This record gives sequence, C-alpha cells and structure tokens, in this order.
Amino acid sequence: MDFKDYYKVLGVARDASDDEIKKAFRKGARKYHPDINSDAESEAKFKDVNEAYEVLKDPERRAAYDQLGQEPPQGQGRYQPPPGWDSGFSFSEGGPESDEGFSDFFESLFRRGAGPSGGMGGMGMGGGRGADSHGRIEISIEDAYRGADRTLSLRSPVVGPNGTVTMQDRKLSVHVPKGVSQGQHIRLAGQGAPGAQGAGDLFLEVAFAPHPIYRPDGRDLYLDLPITPWEAALGGQVVMPTPGGKVDLRIPKNARSGQKMRLKGKGLPGKPPGNIYATLKIVNPKVETEEARAFFEKMAKEMAFDPRVGLGGK
Amino acid sequence: MKKTTIKSDVVDALSLPDLCRFCQADETWVIELVEHGVIDPMGSNSGDWRFIGASISRAKKARRLNRDLGINTAGVALVLDLLEERDAMMRRLARLEAI
Repeated sequence: MDFKDYYKVLGVARDASDDEIKKAFRKGARKYHPDINSDAESEAKFKDVNEAYEVLKDPERRAAYDQLGQEPPQGQGRYQPPPGWDSGFSFSEGGPESDEGFSDFFESLFRRGAGPSGGMGGMGMGGGRGADSHGRIEISIEDAYRGADRTLSLRSPVVGPNGTVTMQDRKLSVHVPKGVSQGQHIRLAGQGAPGAQGAGDLFLEVAFAPHPIYRPDGRDLYLDLPITPWEAALGGQVVMPTPGGKVDLRIPKNARSGQKMRLKGKGLPGKPPGNIYATLKIVNPKVETEEARAFFEKMAKEMAFDPRVGLGGK
Repeated sequence: MKKTTIKSDVVDALSLPDLCRFCQADETWVIELVEHGVIDPMGSNSGDWRFIGASISRAKKARRLNRDLGINTAGVALVLDLLEERDAMMRRLARLEAI
C-alpha cells in the first residue's frame, strides 16, 4: 500500500484553511471530472482529489491523518500505519458515493469495520433491492461489427464475518453483442450491489478504443481513402477494406482531393445501420525511375494546368 | 477468484422507475431533467415513458455532474449542451487535421 499525500493531491499547504481546501477540491473536481475531461488519467486524478477531500474536509480525520506525518523517508516500501495511530480520534466512518472504493491507503485508515460505501447501500426503492452499479467496457470497432467475448475484472468492497472490509476481485465473462455503438449500455442482470431482495444490475457503458483508421460518430464511420492521381482523373472501381468486409467503391471521373464518398449502410450494424464516409486523398507516387520521371515531364509539358490560378496576383 | 458467465443484453429503453434506479435518483429529479429538456422520453405521460440511448447516458452524466460538482439542473443542462458542442468540434477538428 502506498502512502498518499493528500495535501499534494489538492495542491495546498499542510496548514491550509478549510476554505482553501474546499476551493482546491472544487477546482480539481471540475478540472478532472471524467465527464468533462476525457483524458485517460483524469478519472484516477478525480478519484484522488475526492479521496483527499474526504479526509481533509473532516477535522477529525484530518487531525488523525496529520498525526501520521509525512511520507516515510524510506518511501519505496509498502506503507503501514503505526499501531494506535488513531487513538483519541473518533471519526464517522464512511466513504465515496461511487461504486468503487477509495485507495487501499484510505480503506485501511478510515474504513475498518464500517459497512460498504454509500453507493452500495441501495436506494430503498423497489423494496430493498440492491443498487445498480456502473462500469465501462472498451471494445474495438471490429468487435462492434462481429460481437465479442470479454473477461472483466471487478473490485468491490465486501464486509467479512468479523466486520472488516476487504476489496474482493471478481471475474465476469461478458458477451458484447454485435451492433453496439459508443455510449450504449450493456446490462448484466443481478450483478450489481447485493440487497435484501436480490442484487441490482450492473451496467457497462460501451466505449470504442481509438482506431488507427476509422473515426466513429454515432453509427457512422469516417476515414481517409488514399487514391492515385490517375484513379482520381479517370475514375473507376477501387477495392476498399471495411470492418464488415471488402467493398467496391466507384470513384467518379475528375475526383477532387477532400471529396467525400458515402457508402450507405456499411457503417456500424443496427436499425438502421450507419454509413461509411470516405474522404478521398490523392497520393502522388514517389518518382524514382527514369520512366516515371519521363511521364511527369510529359505531363508538365503537355498539360496546361495552373492550380494556383485562384490565388490571384500575376 | 471466481469466474462466472452471465447473460448480458443491450439496453434499448428504460422506464421511469428503471432510470431512477439506474441513476440512483428519485422521480422528481428525473422529471426535472425532462422539464429542462436534458433528456427526452418517448410516450405521452410519465407512466409509459421510455428513455432510449442518448437519454440514458445523458441522464447518467447529469447525475454525476450534479452529485460530484453540485451543479443544479439548469447548470447541468447547459454543461451537457456545451460538452456535446465541444465533442462535435473535436471530432471535426480531428477530421480536418487528418486531411
């Protein structure tokens, strides 16, 4: 378990006032909120900020935490709180409202013997059924075309027979059905928080992993399609690979670079299926042989073409 | 570690009580979202409301923004609209930069 410097997380001095701490927390929460900031590390930072505030906003927890002092100089080892570190303090134990727990550091200091976190307690709606929990699942665009099987690792706090809270790992095999799109939810019935009248459901929000070729927008996919100058000039059929298989695409005569072609119904499957939008990108061959050079010289001589005519000036 | 295989289904639509459970919120709060146009149910009265796709994820985001940052419903509505506008612009920028 790593020592957590909560003052550093919030960027405040150790003697910061309650108001300064509250201000720093609000600022950090806004900045790193995962719904606002989609950076990969923002979610972890958001959790850290919340955890730090959970401790520092409570005078008793803060005093107990301060008693621990700074990070131990040996640093690299696993951190263990000294025995009896919290004697003389009484703080109400509790934790985050989210489904996941805080760090092991927090759990071991402030949550021994307490029940599972607020979010797991159920809403009292539906007559004592456990609360729904939430997670995310990242799949590739190809998986969305074909469907996929995934194994998920979940961590949730569990209260043991002697009242201690431990984080328990669970593995779940999940089938991701064909045709899911970004932002849709997959429901795993009965896999949420336990409750007196059955467990809640677990909902997984589908997110697409960044793809080197396709840019998704709803069920539509966007990509750049490289073509040769002669394909652009003469038009004709080209074969284009898509996640659903190869398709023939007719390039019109005198196609322009940046021209958008629509392949109806070839986007992500669904009712109705999405489209693929291919943006043409004319790519020149590298001139390396004498023959190729001669070709281009012939074009330069024989074709009266000035692409800069629209720029004006003389 | 136990390994279990479980049934899964894609969520097509949620009723009002389903969405309340999903967001861990009460009906008043969800109705407020509808009144502010944050989410848009199908069906004429709250008894047969069905919330689909985008409304579900918008409601979830709204709940988290409300809970984590203390933003009221009018503020959440504005934030979500601006975030969608930003995301659309980011996608557009990515497309233009790729050309």
